[in-house]
Amino acid sequence: MFQVRIHGRGGQGVVTAAEMLSIAAFEEGRHAQAFPSFGSERTGAPVVAFCRIADKEIRLREPIMAPDAIIIQDPTLLHQVDCFAGLKKDGYILINTTKTFEQLGLGDFVRDWHAERLCTVSATELSLKHVGRPVPNVPLLGGFAAVSGIIKLESVAMAIRDKFSGKVADGNIAAATEAYNIVVAEMKEALTHHA
Amino acid sequence: MLKQCEGSHAVAEAVALCRPEVICAYPISPQTHIVEGLGEMVKGGELKDCEFINVESEFAAMSVAIGSSATGARTYTATASQGLLYMVEAVYNASGLGLPIVMTVANRAIGAPINIWNDHSDSLSQRDCGWIQLFAETNQEALDLHIQAFKLAEELSLPVMVCMDGFILTHAYERVDMPTQEQVDAFLPPYEPRQVLDVNEPVSIGAMVGPEAFMEVRYLAHAKQMQALELIPQLAAEFKSVFGRESGGLIRTYRCEDAETIVIAMGSVLGTIKDTVDEMREAGHKIGVLGITSFRPFPLVEVAAALKNCKRFVVLEKSLAVGNGGIVATNVRMAVTGMGLKGYTVVAGLGGRAITMKSLTGLFEKAGRDELDLVTFLDLDWKVVNKQLEREREKRRTGPAAEAMLRDIGAVAARNY
Repeated sequence: MFQVRIHGRGGQGVVTAAEMLSIAAFEEGRHAQAFPSFGSERTGAPVVAFCRIADKEIRLREPIMAPDAIIIQDPTLLHQVDCFAGLKKDGYILINTTKTFEQLGLGDFVRDWHAERLCTVSATELSLKHVGRPVPNVPLLGGFAAVSGIIKLESVAMAIRDKFSGKVADGNIAAATEAYNIVVAEMKEALTHHA
Repeated sequence: MLKQCEGSHAVAEAVALCRPEVICAYPISPQTHIVEGLGEMVKGGELKDCEFINVESEFAAMSVAIGSSATGARTYTATASQGLLYMVEAVYNASGLGLPIVMTVANRAIGAPINIWNDHSDSLSQRDCGWIQLFAETNQEALDLHIQAFKLAEELSLPVMVCMDGFILTHAYERVDMPTQEQVDAFLPPYEPRQVLDVNEPVSIGAMVGPEAFMEVRYLAHAKQMQALELIPQLAAEFKSVFGRESGGLIRTYRCEDAETIVIAMGSVLGTIKDTVDEMREAGHKIGVLGITSFRPFPLVEVAAALKNCKRFVVLEKSLAVGNGGIVATNVRMAVTGMGLKGYTVVAGLGGRAITMKSLTGLFEKAGRDELDLVTFLDLDWKVVNKQLEREREKRRTGPAAEAMLRDIGAVAARNY
């Protein structure tokens, strides 16, 4: 079972991202369970959502406490909540930022981790560029397809078509695709750098 | 057809497939998405011949449901928590009058303190109201139980609550197999009421009944629930033959064959318990699970039969009979009277407290060694409780307790991650 925790703020589409991730996995014939952290969320307040992906029925209903991967939709959360709580060593991290892990003060934390599993993408900018709104959740899913390899970009596109239609869907697919390509390049860079 | 969707949406679609004629609704979390979904289907014309009525309160929702059901319309509503409490007088009337309304209860805690998260306090507070209460383990079962509920309600002329864990199920996206209209039509015939308000054949419903017949009328309600004990498994079997899957029934056992310890629970926590039991089985523990689907009527005989070869049982429930202990546990103890079993009550998950495999493993191991207290509060923070009790011993004017305890743990809205 592969477990993903998504951190963001109310209004950034955190819950929708987890739902779409589950739809993408479902499109690939897998079992998936997405659920929010069930709060009375307000715009701007920290929000957490979860997604489990497996090849058999998922019965477990506890919150994800030892994730395989973390998506952070807002890097300012790093100073506010323990986003990495329980993250497995050598887990996957994807952060919506223009900075590097070093610049975010995470250099020591991930010092000897697999560098190609630690990626950043400026998802808010991509979303503004392609959709016209600062909602980083969908481009991050594109980037997540690249870094985790757990879902295909095409499945993310199918999940986007499930949730949105018309121009909004097209824009989100463009944003997710660009994020995917950026992250693929980053991973290649990390692997060459370390080789 | 397989689809990945929210639990609330799955239930809304299933209810629509049952061809309800009147839906009345008042929003309350975590039930709201269900009736919103149905409202959209009525407005969008997908759900035909159905009147969607927005009412001004839950009391009105149940009152409208009573009225429409009495005119012979298949009637549905949904609620949770304080909403269920607010409609209670009408809830008793619906069952007392024998009206086959189906209502989803998206289980949520009851305040004060106000809390929107899941536990079973709401529907269990209505255990004696005369409604049948069925508990869903998964979103698939939640949607399946609604289809069975209409048939069960109408066969017996009794209302049915389908209880599903608020947020944990209602807001979870997972895979469901949505039946076709043809399948549902084959299983669920059009509603043929036992009593109906009809201008051409006038009757009065709701007479005053004095001491001369009140007990007999009440006994009839009990007799009907006893009939439900037979009908529920029949409908589950019939459901399986049409839809091809197991859903509903009175109880369900898991790995109980040679189990010395059997854990009993209701609703979605059964999944987490089953995963825990699988791990413990691998470590050599003889442990199994008994899920109770039908809380009302309570299947005393079936529960006793399921427990007859074990040494001990642990009832893990998301409810608290304040001043006593467990609600489900009290029912189970009645079922095993005279069997000489050790029984433990565990109150867990109140107000949305996460129930984790880690805590369950420790708990069940302790039960296996018979070291568990008769009543246990799972993952209770004793430091916070004791601090407040100490404060109350020390001085009179301690102020509001909930606020003081929140201050003690330093949490206003912050979470651990």
